[in-house]
Order: sequence, then structure tokens, then C-alpha cells
Amino acid sequence: MFGDPLKSICEDPLERKWIWISLFLAFFMAGMLGFYALAGNIHPPSNVETIDSSRLHLSEEFAEDKLGVTTNADGSLTVTLVAARYGFYPPVIEVPADTPVTFRIASADVLHGVHVPFTNMTTMIVPGYISEVRTSFPRTGEFSLLCNEYCGLGHDSMWSRLVVVPKSAGGASS
Amino acid sequence: MSRSNAAGISLASMWVGFTAFVVAALLGVYQVIERIDLIPGLKSPELYFGSVSTHGVLMAFVLTTFLVMGYGYYTATTSLDQALWNKPLAWFGFWLAVIGVLLAAGPLLTGNASVLYTFYPPLQAHPAFYLGATLLVVGSWVWCLQMVMMMTTWKKANPGETVPLAMYGTTANAILWFITSLGVAAEVLFQLLPWSLGIIETVDVGLARTLFSWTLHAIVYFWLFPAYIALYTLLPRAAGGRLFSDQMGRLAFILLLVFSVPIGFHHLYMDPFQAAGWKFLHMMGTFMVAVPTLITGFTIIASLEIAGKLRGGKGLFGWIGALPWGNPMVLAAILALLMLTFGGFGGMINASYAMNTMVHNTQWVTGHFHLIFGGTTVIMYFAIAYYLWPKMTGRALYSTRMALHQLWLWFIGMLILTLPWHQLGLAGQPRRISSTPYDESFVQAWLPAESAMIVGGAILFISALMLVYNLFRTHGNAQAEASLEVEYAEPLHAIQRMPHLMNSFGFWVLLVIVYMVASYGYPIAQFFLMDTYGTVPWSI
Repeated sequence: MFGDPLKSICEDPLERKWIWISLFLAFFMAGMLGFYALAGNIHPPSNVETIDSSRLHLSEEFAEDKLGVTTNADGSLTVTLVAARYGFYPPVIEVPADTPVTFRIASADVLHGVHVPFTNMTTMIVPGYISEVRTSFPRTGEFSLLCNEYCGLGHDSMWSRLVVVPKSAGGASS
Repeated sequence: MSRSNAAGISLASMWVGFTAFVVAALLGVYQVIERIDLIPGLKSPELYFGSVSTHGVLMAFVLTTFLVMGYGYYTATTSLDQALWNKPLAWFGFWLAVIGVLLAAGPLLTGNASVLYTFYPPLQAHPAFYLGATLLVVGSWVWCLQMVMMMTTWKKANPGETVPLAMYGTTANAILWFITSLGVAAEVLFQLLPWSLGIIETVDVGLARTLFSWTLHAIVYFWLFPAYIALYTLLPRAAGGRLFSDQMGRLAFILLLVFSVPIGFHHLYMDPFQAAGWKFLHMMGTFMVAVPTLITGFTIIASLEIAGKLRGGKGLFGWIGALPWGNPMVLAAILALLMLTFGGFGGMINASYAMNTMVHNTQWVTGHFHLIFGGTTVIMYFAIAYYLWPKMTGRALYSTRMALHQLWLWFIGMLILTLPWHQLGLAGQPRRISSTPYDESFVQAWLPAESAMIVGGAILFISALMLVYNLFRTHGNAQAEASLEVEYAEPLHAIQRMPHLMNSFGFWVLLVIVYMVASYGYPIAQFFLMDTYGTVPWSI
């Protein structure tokens, strides 16, 4: 039989039992989350890619005429957005439901965030870095893209529109 | 036992803390009213974000730091029965911190530092704000040094003896704070301060946020430590019982020291610039830091059960009714544990990597930390004040009845404030907004919960006023306090032989350093290895 390794630091058997339960709870929860993250490849947006936020208008990807929705060869969509005080550009985005969408977002000035309530589309937008979120929208309707990070005195007014149209309607026109 | 020579500095520190607290509570009332556009004439983002920044700085930096220092000095001198290591230096640290607060107050109150207490570069505040924050932190380092020196000199004078649990916890917190404050210190000294003075032109916001995350999680344990120390070392005696286990207190303090610093990336889950693998690693550590809190919950409730049964409580739950609910320390502890339970559930969701997506930067998060910090932690600050004020002033507490009412009001107000906030977060409301110019469907759905928060805020402010009134009147109370001795709880099992590792910190500090290098080494180094673009300053 193995002795309880906790015995040297704790004399009370009840307390030792509780420590084992605590450890089990912590490992169980971390294990469950870890399993789903790895098995389902579910990770928060964690793109590591730099960009000069003061020169977005000169960049290949974030120049004004490049923004908006583009359809890729495999049928998936890429939405290129610029966040700048106090709006998201372009201000209206239309995408079809149930289609893989990759958002690529850069800030032209300060720290911003984006959250589309009741969907899992959210990320921080940090000047100097490109944020990338991959998701798809199962429900159709009009959604709000809210800036969810304090970016200055006009922060409250920084929000724009995301329209999810039925897949058959085609979408991808913004 | 001789009289502590720290009563003066402890009282001065705690008064600075509680003064900041009342001002911040008043700002809180203004914020809950302004935020929902209740009175159109009141609408002003300038005032609101200035107020939120001041509220955050006063509550999170001033109340906490000064209370931790004051309680720490008194705990060190009374639990070790030893004079302050260097009294003039302690006062120097105190004044340095006070000057820091006053320096930062200027830009904060004039709207020149509305960058919230988390700094948020590239929004830039007046240099006096960063300088003030630096002086406050440097002042607190003087306290850290005092605590470490007092434990060291006591151990030299008492070879082979066990450091009292209260002092062991206080020293753990001093070391924890020093290590964790290095992150924000580096951000301010190498980035924000020179940048605000025009010495450097740009800052790397990714690096700044990474450095801040180094501080941002363990700082909450710096705030929480006094609450846990009071639960372990003052509560069991006040309840009329014994501490269930001295060693478990030590184990909890050690685990908090080791696990709370290297896990800051759960504040960066949604940020670009750090890869998912690092966030994953930090999430695992985040769940480990729940272990000391689970241990604490068990040990404290077991200690209360002992007290209740000694007082004649019978059966599985009969001991709860037998507890001395009329003792402010006991009442505060019970309410603190309840709020810790609610807040803990929410915390598990915030900590989980994927589920956090639904609540990130929503009002849910504000609800969570007001429950854990404003609830659990601050209500124990009240209990500590009610317990120590008579010891420090020699005067009996002005009114125990008022203290009990104050604690109940704080608990009720906090629940009315924070439970609706959780709901608002799930309904999509962002945190850190001064008005709600959104879709009508959102605004309508948010209204009931927002109305509740005004009631909660008002109750909390009344409770805050009752606290300072009671403490203030205690100074002039004609009735003297019967016993000036701080009565530390005795453990159920007398300490026989304390393992060296549970009576010292050298090994644990080494472990934290190794863990920190592993979890922050590359994530910080990457900013120097890749081509990054700094950001110029922006005004609010």
C-alpha cells in the first residue's frame, strides 16, 4: 500500500481527503476544458502578426478599397475591417449564414474590441497587430458589432451593423 | 505582551484607505445613474470616464495598498511581539505613497488621466499620473521590505520556532506583491513614463499589455490576502472556537504565492499578439489557483463548525444558528464566504478559455469582480477595521449594532448591484460605457437590471458612510476597550514540528521565478525578436 503523500504536511485525515477532492476538481475542470480545446481545436483568437497601424492606408490588405467581404476560392469568406475612432469600416457587413468567415481586423489608432452579442464573434483589436477570428453564423438577422473596449470619449457610439442573410440568398455583397 | 508600536502608522494607513474608499463609493453612485441616461442633463462622457478612472484607482490601488500596509504593520508587530523593524523608513514609505496619490489626483480629477486604472496605452495620460502611480508602488515596496526583514529577524532571534501563521501569510503577501508589481513597474518605467515625457516616441501596445497582465492577476490576491489572513487567524477565535488546521493555512498561502503570478494571460485570452499555446498554459495554472481557495473554504467552514458546536449547536446544520452572528467578524466572514461562492462560479467561466468568449469585456466581468473584490475582500476589510480600531485606539467600538447593520447593507447592496450585472453581460452589454446609444431592442432588455443597479449603488454608499462614521466616532468614544491584545486563533492540533518548507520562503520564491521564466519568458522576448510597430500617443 502507498501512504498518503500529504501525510507529512497534514495530520487530519478529513482535511487530507478534502485536499484530494480540491485537486481532483481543479484537474477535472482544467482537463475538460483542455480536452475540448484540443479535440475540437477551439481556441480564442490568438493571431500573432504585426502591422504598422499608422500606415494602414498604404498597406496591401487594409487600404480603403480593399475593405469588406471577399469570397475565397473554397467558398469561405474573408471580412477585412478597420477599427478607428469611432466606427468599424465598412459600416455594414453582409454575410450568408452557415458559411465559414474569417475576420481580419486592424486598428488605425488606439485599442478597440469587437463583440457581436449572441454570437461567438469577439476579439480585441490592438494597434500594431492584426486580429483574426474564424467563425460562422448559424442564425440569420441583423446583429450589432459593438466596440467593447474603452477607446476614448466617443467609445459608446462606436458600433456598426452585421447582417446575416439566408445562405441561398448568396450574400457576400457589401 | 507589550503594546505594538505600529498603531500610529497602521491607523494612518487605514484612514487614507477608507477615505479613498468613501470618495470612490460616491463616484460609484454617480456612475450607475449617469450610465443609463436616467437624467439627460447629467450625460457627460468627460465626467463619466474621469469618474470611472478615479473610482478604479481609489478602490483598486489606494484603498487596497494602504489597508494591506496598515494591517500588515499591525499584524507583524502583534503576532511576532516585536517592534517595527525600521519605523522612520515605514513612515517614509507611507508619505511616499501619499504623495504619489496626491500627484495622481491632479490629472485624474481634471480629466487628464481618463485612461482607466489599467492605463490603456496608446491613450496617454498626463505624466504626473504615471509618476504618482510609481511613487505609490515604490512606497509599498518599503512595506514589503519591512515585512521580510521582520520575519527574518524574528527567525534569527527564535531559532527552530514556527513563524506565527498571521505573519507567515503577511510575508507571503509582501513577496507576492513585490514580484507581481514588477510587471507594471516595467511598463510604467520603460514605456509609459518616458513616452509621456516625450523621451521615446512610440510604445509597443502588445508588450505593454503583456507586462500589465503580469501584474493584473496576482494583484487581486494581494488585495485578497488580508481577508484570508483574518479568516484564518482572527475569525476562529472571534467565533469562539479554534482554527481547524494551521498547516492548511500555510499551504494555501504558499499555493497563492506560487500560482497567482504566472497565469496572467487569462486577461489576454481575446488579444492578438500571444499565441494560443501560451494562453492554454496560463489557463491550466489558473485552475490550479482555485485549489488554495477551495482549501480555505473548507478550513474556515470547519473552524466555524467547531465554534458552533462548542457553543452548543447540534446536528448537521444546527451549529450555523449557534454561531455568534452578532460579532462583526463572524457576520462579515459568513457573508464574505457566500459572495466568494457566487463570485467563484462566475470566475470559473471567465477563466475557461472558450466560454470566456461569451462574457469578455461585458458587464458580466464587472459583476464578477465587484462580487469577489467589493464583496468578499472589502467586507473583510471592514471586519478587520472593526476588530482592530479598538485595539489601536484604546477606545471601544462606537456602535456594534451599527457595524452589523452596515455589513448586512453592504452584502444586500452588493448582490442587488452585481447579480443584474451578470445578466446584463449575458444580454450583450459592454462594460466601460457611459451611455447606451444602441439598438432599441438592447436598451429595452437592459432597463430592469439597470434600474436595480441604482438601488444597489445607493445602498452601498449608505453602508460606506456608516463605516467611516462608526470608525471616526470610535476615536472619541469615552468607553475604553477592555482588552488591547490581538487574540490570534489557536489551531485545533497544536503545532508539533513544522516542516522547514512551510516555515520559510526561499524555495518557493525560486519556484515562482522558474515558473515565471517558463510562462512569461518567450511571450515577452518575442516582442524583441519580431519586427514590431510602436504606436504614437493619442489623447482621450
